[in-house]
Amino acid sequence: MSTTEPLLRMEGITKIFSGHTALAGVDLTLERGEVHALVGENGAGKSTLIKIMTGAYTRDGGQVFLEGRPVEFASPEDAQEAGVVAVYQEVNLLAYRTVAENIFLGREPRRFGLIDWKRMNAAAGEILQRLGLEIDPRATLGSLNIALRQMIAIARGVSFGAKVVVLDEPTSSLTEHEVSILYDVIRRLKAEGAAVVYISHRFDELYAVCDRVTILRDGRLVGTRPLAGLEKLDLVCLMLGKQREELRQGTTAFGRHAGEAEESGRESAADEAPLLRAAGLTRGRKLNGVTVEARRGEIVGMAGLLGSGRTETARVIFGADKAEAGEIYLDGERINPRAPGDAIAAGLAFLSEDRKAEGIIPELSVRENLTLAALPTLSSMGIVSRARQSEIVERYMKRLGIKAASADQKIRELSGGNQQKVLLARWLCKHPKFLILDEPTRGIDIGAKGEIQALVNELAESGLGVLMISSELEELVEGSSRVIVLRDGQRVGELRGAEITQDAIIHAMAEGSATGDGEASADDKATATDSSAAPSADER
Amino acid sequence: MVDATRANPATHNGVLARLAALGPTYGALVALVLLFVGNCLFTTNFNDVNNFKNILVEVTPKMLVAVGMTLVIATGGIDLSVGSVMAVASALVATNLDSGLGVAVLIAMLAATAVGTVNGALISGFRIQPIIVTLGMLIAGRGAAQLMNSGKLIPFTDPTFEYLGKGMVGPLPLVGGVPVQVLVMLAVVALGIFVVRATAFGRYVIAVGGNEAAAHLAGIKVHRTKISVYALSALLAGLAGLIETSRLGASDAAKVGLNIELDAIAAVVVGGTPLTGGRATVVGTFIGALIMQIITTSFNMRGIPFSWGLVLKAAIILIAVYIQRPKVA
Repeated sequence: MSTTEPLLRMEGITKIFSGHTALAGVDLTLERGEVHALVGENGAGKSTLIKIMTGAYTRDGGQVFLEGRPVEFASPEDAQEAGVVAVYQEVNLLAYRTVAENIFLGREPRRFGLIDWKRMNAAAGEILQRLGLEIDPRATLGSLNIALRQMIAIARGVSFGAKVVVLDEPTSSLTEHEVSILYDVIRRLKAEGAAVVYISHRFDELYAVCDRVTILRDGRLVGTRPLAGLEKLDLVCLMLGKQREELRQGTTAFGRHAGEAEESGRESAADEAPLLRAAGLTRGRKLNGVTVEARRGEIVGMAGLLGSGRTETARVIFGADKAEAGEIYLDGERINPRAPGDAIAAGLAFLSEDRKAEGIIPELSVRENLTLAALPTLSSMGIVSRARQSEIVERYMKRLGIKAASADQKIRELSGGNQQKVLLARWLCKHPKFLILDEPTRGIDIGAKGEIQALVNELAESGLGVLMISSELEELVEGSSRVIVLRDGQRVGELRGAEITQDAIIHAMAEGSATGDGEASADDKATATDSSAAPSADER
Repeated sequence: MVDATRANPATHNGVLARLAALGPTYGALVALVLLFVGNCLFTTNFNDVNNFKNILVEVTPKMLVAVGMTLVIATGGIDLSVGSVMAVASALVATNLDSGLGVAVLIAMLAATAVGTVNGALISGFRIQPIIVTLGMLIAGRGAAQLMNSGKLIPFTDPTFEYLGKGMVGPLPLVGGVPVQVLVMLAVVALGIFVVRATAFGRYVIAVGGNEAAAHLAGIKVHRTKISVYALSALLAGLAGLIETSRLGASDAAKVGLNIELDAIAAVVVGGTPLTGGRATVVGTFIGALIMQIITTSFNMRGIPFSWGLVLKAAIILIAVYIQRPKVA
């Protein structure tokens, strides 16, 4: 075995899922004693690559070499035997068994055919010590907190003599202290000559522990760089596929540069009280004092990388998740939505990001899906008026150009774009005051995309307030009159009018600081305690 | 995939389309017609009004329970406790008849609904699996009912109450007297169809079973909906318990409603409501329950051992589930 050969080398990895190319010729090399970051936005192919590396998927093209020898892993067990181990966010261990049993599950040391508990506990203790963990191997796994369970999963990998350890979003549910324990374990693995693949959306962590970074985008390899010396801004550009110099513009149906077009109008509107004001929203490590304001007729964009707290902000405002702190005003009135029903009654609407998981009711028709949120107003004594329902369904199918064989066609049979229009209509027929859109045009065809963008524009012009979360910078630049930028659950910048450029958004995503909002949220917290007893919006 | 519809548009027009959309229910209807016609032709004495009435009387408790079960299953849940709820209602009505029929019936129905509400609260509020919660209630309910009856058969004489299970309405033209309980059953089935088709609640039930997260975000009160279906299921089981008790003229807490949950689940599945939830057809359940009952009755009439009927039922359940299996896109 030559020592110049990298520990693990993946070459030209290709994976196709029923006609859709998830990975196209991706390379990855891992050196001994290296912590290697793997980054990319949604659909970049990170998890597919990891699953191929660890034997959960078989590849459709390319080769994998472990210590110079070509390998074929038929299953995760296969990969584990060879020393390639993945530790996932949700730990797959047995909560009711002891730490030692979990570490040696399936390979318990035996004596006369029975488990040799003494030897197993001793060996487990040894591994834990090597990782610098003070855990009793005889403790029940369920008695440990989530961070320590993750460490046990790593210890299990180490017990296989793991050479490559993949950590997928390892810190997403850890506290600061627990993160430092994890870092310590990573450093020990590195010192022992193992390679660690580190997947995370938190830049601070990448720069803290990783040596090199591989960037994927839309199933393709963008590049591998040493992290030292790589500017955050360049990293964001690579992830999003933007050149720092030449940034394209003018591809969306917002049809104008909103920033410029509304420059004059906004000056007068500046005095007007905001339609929606959410201040100091806090929820665990996901949201840390985020403040959002939007006026009538304004489209406020919200930018940020995956995991920056965009969707969390929307869900908290809509009452789908509980905020630990913060307050929300709609039209000058304090609202305290405990459930989406409260927010809807107050005049909010929320088009969620994941159509399939959180939007459509697959077995129900277009008609029923469209009127789902409006049923209370369409029925008397609990009986739905079919005539009024049909009238609304017809009107909105025509207005939004929803293409379906009939209103009675099941929604799951429609294309993504048409499904999205039905979901948008679900909210518009409620005549909301404020509309929150989370990735309104993701995964839909160009035609429907333009129509939805034009519609949103029209709605805002008619006086609706809109908060638009989007990963598409063009959409934000051309659609919004202001853009709020989030990173790691904090508001790190706000751009207005002519300042809104793709370049500026990327800058803020990468380098913006959270200082500007500090005073504002401190004020908000002070007032929050005074009015926290305010009643929630009435239920219907 | 750009725009347009994924399915062949031709299948969404006209009568064929409607039948195709009914899918499994349509298949069940064909099976029911074949069974019925076949028996009329080849089973002696089957084609007789009194036999039809007998079939409907036999199916009544199962049908009542199955209507409630349809809603529970549509939310993605299951209710194993229905038989024991019948026993509880039976024991309570028999032991409280001294205080007056109205009081006894009220106590029995309230207790049944309370059991269902507890089921729903545990399932929805504490996120315990429906099968576990209602299995616990199946065991506890049967035990409680037997305790109330002190482990004995409690006979009673109350002509008004016995009218529910033994009374006849009519004679009507063509069919003669119709058992009261059959009319009650048909009314409940009609109400069930109405609830699923025409009410907001019916849509909430299907929405919660079809996509709970989406239903929640659309402002639907998911907890309330789930608790309601279990309460309703228990209420209907309580009614079935009263009818059985009235028919027997005694409360037998050890036997009433025994294993009825299995018959009800089978009727629901054969009728075309998938166990995964998100869809509900009370018409299908009605058909499914009739299929099962006709098999039992006709095998009985032909002197074929009951065990063979069970084998055929099992085969029909498997076929129904096979037709409904999720299609891989």
